[in-house]
Amino acid sequence: MPTIFFLIFRRLRNPLILLVCVYAIAVLGLTLIPGVDDQGQPWRMGFFHAFYFVSFMGSTIGFGEIPYPFTDEQRLWVLFCIYTSVFVWLYSIGTVLSLVQNPAFRYAVTHTAFRRNVQRIVEPFYVVCGYGDTGRLLIHGLVRRGIRAVILDYNQDRINNLELTNLDIFVPGLQADVSDPENLITAGLKHIRCAGVVALTNDDRTNLKVAITSKLLNPDLPVICRSEIHDVGLNMESFGTDQIINPFELFADRLAMALHSPAGYIIHEWLTSSPDTPLSEPLFPPKGRWVLCGYGRFGKAMERYLSFEGVEATIIEADPALTQAPADSVLGRGTEAVTLRQAGIEQAVGIVAGTDDDANNLSIIMTARELNPALFTVGRQNKQENHPLFEAAELNMVLQRSDFIARTAITLITNPLLAEFFRTVDTEDEETNNVLASRISGVAGARVPVTWTIDVSKNAAPALAIRLFQKAVTRLGEITIDPSDRTHPLPCIALLLKRGPNCQLLPSPDTELALGDRVLFCGRQATYARMRSTVVNQNTLAYVVGQVEPRLGSRRPTPKPGAAR
Amino acid sequence: MNLEKVIFAFFIMLALTLNFGFFIGEIDNPDHHHAYELFAAIVVSLIATIMKFGDRTQLGAVLLASSLVADLQLIAAAVMWGLGGDFSGGQLSPSAIASIVSLSGGALVANIVSVILLVVETVMSRR
Repeated sequence: MPTIFFLIFRRLRNPLILLVCVYAIAVLGLTLIPGVDDQGQPWRMGFFHAFYFVSFMGSTIGFGEIPYPFTDEQRLWVLFCIYTSVFVWLYSIGTVLSLVQNPAFRYAVTHTAFRRNVQRIVEPFYVVCGYGDTGRLLIHGLVRRGIRAVILDYNQDRINNLELTNLDIFVPGLQADVSDPENLITAGLKHIRCAGVVALTNDDRTNLKVAITSKLLNPDLPVICRSEIHDVGLNMESFGTDQIINPFELFADRLAMALHSPAGYIIHEWLTSSPDTPLSEPLFPPKGRWVLCGYGRFGKAMERYLSFEGVEATIIEADPALTQAPADSVLGRGTEAVTLRQAGIEQAVGIVAGTDDDANNLSIIMTARELNPALFTVGRQNKQENHPLFEAAELNMVLQRSDFIARTAITLITNPLLAEFFRTVDTEDEETNNVLASRISGVAGARVPVTWTIDVSKNAAPALAIRLFQKAVTRLGEITIDPSDRTHPLPCIALLLKRGPNCQLLPSPDTELALGDRVLFCGRQATYARMRSTVVNQNTLAYVVGQVEPRLGSRRPTPKPGAAR
Repeated sequence: MNLEKVIFAFFIMLALTLNFGFFIGEIDNPDHHHAYELFAAIVVSLIATIMKFGDRTQLGAVLLASSLVADLQLIAAAVMWGLGGDFSGGQLSPSAIASIVSLSGGALVANIVSVILLVVETVMSRR
């Protein structure tokens, strides 16, 4: 029990003792003072009647003088008792109210309620540290996919905000310092259902502390960390943090990929966008000389990746000493035409507005466009609320930090195989990626497709696992058959097959499945439901592999995916 | 000397002595057991209980428990008194006073345990 409860009992001692004393004195007085009964005979009140009378007098209910009308001596005593008991009651109730309003007490109560809520969770859940812009986007994304989460944030306003947000799944939140391990344990770090920890605060040191705490207290738990400083990110990696999201590096990497493989870039974009939004257009950033405004964390990452791609960049920096900008960089903010001209904007092919000020970034883009309308524009959006401005400015590429981090984290949480797939895609040549991109757009239509993983295991795909256990050969192409009509394949693509440490990009339909395989698919939500029914339901599986004929035999297959579940 | 400790020990001891004073005498003789003594024993016992609130040590918990037991027994005795005497308006019968005194005897044991624990704690802290 928290200390505060003991403290409260201790503080209740005085009012309670006073209350007992006043009642005792009042009762005693009533039994001692002589009275008369209805016949005028001398009469003494017993303890029972005295206590009864004092009880209703003290609470000011007042049933009158019972059992017989009082004498003047008795009335004098009762008069004294009334005022004392009212005063003592007010004092006691006042003390209790002030204790209940005590911030420490209230915190103890919310803390206990939060702990209970977390302990009651029976589904896998994620502990999310930080409920700012990024945290909010992540939570909404997780809730939409039916994944449970628990939030810790140091700011009470944000937790209040969470309580007001209407989420489909209850998400417990607590105002707490995440760098205190005790709070992480309260949030379920050691809970048997905890599926991972996501540290999204905007302070790298805090995220580092969360990662270390998680790795020490529960080493098997996956940890996803946001890190915006390169060194801290390396530090996190050194003790086994599973995924480190550095938005600047990842975005620079994405731009670099768009430079050398537009198809690889578009595959990334399509598969990480929210499902059912329109598919984004491919990008073709030009190769040539670029102008980089701002040499902070983002600028440095951009310069490194651009130079890796063999793209030359001219840097504009207002404070070269602080940021250790190269000697040949242009001094200035980049918002003025003079500076941009000095950096040779007329001959450049692209501009990156990467300062930490949104107004400056927009100004840089607008000015640069006036000087050279053909520029490829890349902007950094720092604050979520400026989204409409960046949208109106129609940049070619915008780094929306919160959105970018949240999307990456959701991908890592919901579909870890997708991260492996991207790693494979990054090493493929442009021609393969082109084929892949066109195949994806073929099944997706004009909307963002969903991706899913089929785990060939007893729990996730029981029917398939039983079949494989009986040594019956099952090919990948057989589970992608439409269970309502086996002459048709389902509109989906098997993107990746993972068997042990090996990954096979675009596995052929003839591949024989084995227990323990994990296959990544891409298609529409409805297709996923059908495929699930095949791998879960033995009758459906028997039908698609051609073991049973429809409408023949006593055991009819279930052709409709809805009925199969 | 700590005034708080003095008051604390005072009430625990007083609860025991009053309880003992009521208990002593022939068990079925109403003349040996006075109602005011029982009343005083109840009030002091309640105060002693409240003074034991909010102690987070193991010993404090046991002290509180023994005090609660004494309260329960004494209040039961008072209710018996009411049923046997005040309600019927007559004198207490020997059997009624016997059960009242035996209930207070139970409370006496709980109070003795309280005092023993108090003494033990004091002796321990001297070391």
